Amino acid sequence: MALDDQNKSNFKFVGTRPKRPDGIDKVTGRAKFGADSYAAGMLHGAIVRSPHAHARIKSIDTSEAEALKGVKAVVTRADFSKDIKFTSGKDSEDWNVLENVMADDRVLYDGHALAAIAATSALIARDAVKLVKVEYEILPHVTDVDEAMAVGAPVIRKGAPDKSVPPGLHENVVSYYESGHGDVEVGFQEADLIIENSFKTEATHQGYIEPHACLASLGSDGKGELWCTTQGHFKFQKVCAALLGLETSQLRVTASEIGGGFGGKTTVFIEPVALALSRKTNRPVKIVMSRTEVFRATGPTASTSMDIKIGMKKDGTITAGQGTFRLQGGAFPGAPGGMTAMCAFAPYALKNVHQIGYSVMSNRPKQAAYRAPGSPMAAFAVESVIDALCKKLDLDPIEVRLKNASRKGTKASYGPTFEEIGLVECLEAAKSHSHYKAPLKAGQGRGISCGFWFNFGGETAVSLALSEDGTVQISVGTPDIGGSRASIALMAAEELGIPYDHIRCTVADTATLGYNEVSHGSRVTYATGLATIKAARDAIRKLCKRAAEKWGIPEEAVKWEDGHAIPSGPNAGDFEPLSLKSITEKMGKTGGPIVGHFEATPEGAGVSFATHIVDAEVDPETGKTQILRYTVIQDAGKAIHPSYVEGQFQGGAAQGIGWALNEEYIYGSDGRLQNAGFLDYRIPLASDLPMIDTVIVEVPNPGHPYGVRGVGETSICPPLAAIANAVSQAAGVRLTELPMSPPRILAALKAE
Amino acid sequence: MVQVNLWAGLRRFTDGHDVIEVEARNIGDILKGVSKAYPALKEIIDGGVSVSVDGRIISSGVTEPVNQDSEVFLLQQLKGG
Repeated sequence: MALDDQNKSNFKFVGTRPKRPDGIDKVTGRAKFGADSYAAGMLHGAIVRSPHAHARIKSIDTSEAEALKGVKAVVTRADFSKDIKFTSGKDSEDWNVLENVMADDRVLYDGHALAAIAATSALIARDAVKLVKVEYEILPHVTDVDEAMAVGAPVIRKGAPDKSVPPGLHENVVSYYESGHGDVEVGFQEADLIIENSFKTEATHQGYIEPHACLASLGSDGKGELWCTTQGHFKFQKVCAALLGLETSQLRVTASEIGGGFGGKTTVFIEPVALALSRKTNRPVKIVMSRTEVFRATGPTASTSMDIKIGMKKDGTITAGQGTFRLQGGAFPGAPGGMTAMCAFAPYALKNVHQIGYSVMSNRPKQAAYRAPGSPMAAFAVESVIDALCKKLDLDPIEVRLKNASRKGTKASYGPTFEEIGLVECLEAAKSHSHYKAPLKAGQGRGISCGFWFNFGGETAVSLALSEDGTVQISVGTPDIGGSRASIALMAAEELGIPYDHIRCTVADTATLGYNEVSHGSRVTYATGLATIKAARDAIRKLCKRAAEKWGIPEEAVKWEDGHAIPSGPNAGDFEPLSLKSITEKMGKTGGPIVGHFEATPEGAGVSFATHIVDAEVDPETGKTQILRYTVIQDAGKAIHPSYVEGQFQGGAAQGIGWALNEEYIYGSDGRLQNAGFLDYRIPLASDLPMIDTVIVEVPNPGHPYGVRGVGETSICPPLAAIANAVSQAAGVRLTELPMSPPRILAALKAE
Repeated sequence: MVQVNLWAGLRRFTDGHDVIEVEARNIGDILKGVSKAYPALKEIIDGGVSVSVDGRIISSGVTEPVNQDSEVFLLQQLKGG
């Protein structure tokens, strides 16, 4: 699509902080989340899951379960589409989703689904699960990324690698990426100091408070309804239809309110199973995952193993950067090895840079995005080495980053030339922030890191209907995962010139709008916002036409200003301004309903950068880290609703603190997950977190009429590195493995 | 002719070339042109790529225009969370 040339800078509503439209519903319990849907005659589903990391299914005996009073049906892989076949490479996406939703002849990780039961109560369904008898042949397994790539590692799936993988690599390497420019060997020769180090990060879960939940109803006529918690109900519609062998348009999907997603609710898990059970029983079926199931069988991040080498001159100039990034993505292709490598050195203008990314399969659940997939881990490795170079050369870490910072016109480490970007502005704001100048006590450390993310556009459709009383209903197809309904209403208010409170924004079902890409890639305020602005302008054109017809002048002689149609100039005639309401209250008699539309794929998302400052204190006796102070500085392009921008900044930092210090998937030697619950998988508590200060930098994105850049993902890119740098300074030893839990810090101190 | 820059990992399919020239007015022409010039790349392109044009990353739109002097890079297909 062509970019809009009507960029706007003087705002009346945008930039204000009205209350969120879903706030009352959420604090009073009126909001309906995934598990809040009910239907007459509803059954409850429960899923039989593998206790083994890797095994062949020799037989499944469901007779005892089916005989249990209250059990109505059992489904296995045989109850899903037979048309979906395995092919090598990227063509087998539907097969991979189906294989994850319901195993065929092998289970590939601890928690892999292999059968499901529908019963008259959730308790009976869970009891019936225990009565299903599965005979397994245990197979060798592997869960560590380096071990999965090594000679002799068990092959997760023959034929899985795509064509990008060079010959000679282990078959668990399913995708390969390599890029760069210049000559890193020449660059290293120019350096006064070279530091090379290796890093590892464990898988972490997105930790959304609301478990996956859905209610499905599917008849033998192939018509169905699905209510679920999701980041993208249009994608769920498409994928569920494929897995069940339905026509897409015969399945209507409605997204519930969502209790967090962060990338983990972009893919189906239980929804096709509930539909299959419903089709078999001819009754609605509800499935709600337990927290244990969420940990065992839904997407954590990839775990990583990374090698970094960076050369620097005494004045802080980076002469070369080289990185190898190995990402373990579970028993399916898709680990973001390429994107990790692309993000790694993006904050810096490097003459010589080279990066390699590997996507690797193992016997773990299929990885999913966690805000910006891959970028936080890459930043941890690269920014740790830059920090070490600054320490050795006695250079200020912000000055060094400013000296090397990417800016407009820089050739990015992944190839293209940057348009307008805001990294320098973030670093300047960090340098002048009081946090950076505050004194530290003994035993405390301060860490700095930059972070980068691409952001995304994607298919978007918006409908904006005017009511007779002059109020407005906006239908969007992107679930609200961060306060987007408020931002969208603010942008519509800005265009239409009517109060924010006169606008209601609804996440519409799949039968109401054209296809909308998932709420991912920090795309909603950008893309749905852009679509809303365009839909409002479409409605304004129609309003002006009605005014022109009333006044008997050409349409072009009418313009829209501050909520009114007015003559565009003295030659157009002398007419009293017509308010939006005065036009809509007569619209039935003057041509019919007035609705603005926009359907397109916006392609100007604009990349974004952030800089974080962290102070930490390490107790050398216990190895416990306390985060003392945290400041997030990030380019938002234009903050539509600053409170929600700040909320995204703070959320990224809080999740980053957990990822850096405590969160990890712990596997036993048997390949089973040892800590599938919040008691043993420790996310940060309120008492673990300091107040998180924020600074919104605004360098407008040329690809959006108001300059918006996505903000939801970039905020999690710098924390791992910034915290690692602070902890390393406080502890007096470089930490190279996440999480930096007390035992790991104590071990590092002891090794010193 | 539009010069299309490839990521280094694709060089083994293009006899070592990292820049390919194709006749193109839009992204779709570029993708077709690259696949035609080096059929070994077709599977990777069909599997999904993004394209940057003068610094702007196009995730999926094949109708997005390019100029003859545009800076064009093939990129990994982007996904987010």
